[in-house]
Amino acid sequence: MSRWIGLLAPTLFVALLLAIWEGLCRALSVQSYFLPTPSAIAIALVQNAPLLFVSAWRTLHTALTAFVVVGALASVSALAAASGKIVEASFRPIAVLLQVTPIISLGPLFQIWAGIDHPDRAVVSLACVAAFFPMYSGALAGLHSADPELERLFDLYGATRWQRMTRLRIPSAVPQAMEGFKVGLGLALVGTVFGEIIAGAGGAQGLAWRIQEASHRMEMAKSFAALAALALMAGVLHAAFQALERRLIAWWRGR
Amino acid sequence: MSDGAVAALEAAEVDYAGRGRVLGPVDFHLEAGEIVALVGPSGCGKSTALRLLAGLEAPTKGVVRRAAGRGETAVVFQSPTLAPWLSATANVALPLELAGVARRPARERAVEALRRVGLADAAAARPAQLSGGMAMRASLARALVTSPKVLLLDEPFAALDEITRRQLADDVLALWAEHRPAIVFVTHNVEEAVYMAGRVIVMTPGPGRIAGEVAVEGPAPRPAGFRTTETFRHTAERLSALLHQAMGAPA
Repeated sequence: MSRWIGLLAPTLFVALLLAIWEGLCRALSVQSYFLPTPSAIAIALVQNAPLLFVSAWRTLHTALTAFVVVGALASVSALAAASGKIVEASFRPIAVLLQVTPIISLGPLFQIWAGIDHPDRAVVSLACVAAFFPMYSGALAGLHSADPELERLFDLYGATRWQRMTRLRIPSAVPQAMEGFKVGLGLALVGTVFGEIIAGAGGAQGLAWRIQEASHRMEMAKSFAALAALALMAGVLHAAFQALERRLIAWWRGR
Repeated sequence: MSDGAVAALEAAEVDYAGRGRVLGPVDFHLEAGEIVALVGPSGCGKSTALRLLAGLEAPTKGVVRRAAGRGETAVVFQSPTLAPWLSATANVALPLELAGVARRPARERAVEALRRVGLADAAAARPAQLSGGMAMRASLARALVTSPKVLLLDEPFAALDEITRRQLADDVLALWAEHRPAIVFVTHNVEEAVYMAGRVIVMTPGPGRIAGEVAVEGPAPRPAGFRTTETFRHTAERLSALLHQAMGAPA
């Protein structure tokens, strides 16, 4: 019962908002280049479906590539940082700088470094920078989160540093690392979209590029359709990771 | 260390920065195969004394002698302290695996240790699936799996209900009878101390010193109805009086 309400209520609410939008646009005769009606957007969505699908795949592929690369990089850095206070202290300012520097300011640099022939590289790099900090700090916090009594048990039985890392710290890190990775995945997508907007051309024609392209041509319905596809993809990505996280944590906790 | 002693504190003192002296000076000898209870008010340094014997802390002054080989000293903490991501068997096998025993023989010995504490059916279960008493048993199995010479119990039953803690007290005594490790256990429950220990040491409030000692007569493991005997009642009363006196005495 409550499950149905949880599904039905937001659906009806969104339908209501769309209906108001449609009604107002028609009643006030709003020009379609200014704000298209939902029905026009839906038609654009269907008409451009193949192109949008390819573009969505591009964006998703870029974001996931960045996520995997940064996942490995952040995990290795966090492991290094967790193995010694000096390493952790050495990394801290760089990690924080990566976090606080507005990613937009790095765009032009990355564009130059990637070169005119490889805009996709600039996009992936921006996505990586955007995703790094939460993934690193989540993994590091996780590695520091082992139960102190279990730490004492490892002391008692004379565990080596390697045993402590592989048998205690890394398994203890799972819940917090997953939390950081979830945020990182979201930011990888944000970084990708952002990278496409500033660097997107030629080989990097993802959804954000479609939005811009359509806007520049005043095809607002198409622009909105690409935006809707992007939102939908982001939602699905988030839900999929959430489900994966929930299963992994349930396994980790043992119920 | 006198003959037969497996662990000892000699004029041991512990100071904590910002808190001052928490323990000592304390002289304490643990003979092989005996069961000693440490009782005293909260903050009297009982757990600190236990950590000294476990080698988890070093004394500020004085000497600690202990069985220092891997797995020769085992500790059961206040909480079961099991790794949630490991099965009961893997948790119990951990001390062996850390000491370099291969996975398969370690797991076999772990299953055997679980059987001895009555958890044969829960070998594959995760800690989250165990009740409080079962988790404590698994923790006990983990402590016993290395056949330690010294077993240290830090208020192991504090979080359990009365029925479970009585059952576990009997189980600990039965397990003790198999290999007779020397046991030191910390408690603030007078009856539990008298029931389990052959010797009860009373400590003063911080800084903890030994206020006195009460020997408990009677066979071990305890026969049924031991709690209703004259010996038990009399010893418990004597211990209560000593504890009262120790708490009244200025630190």
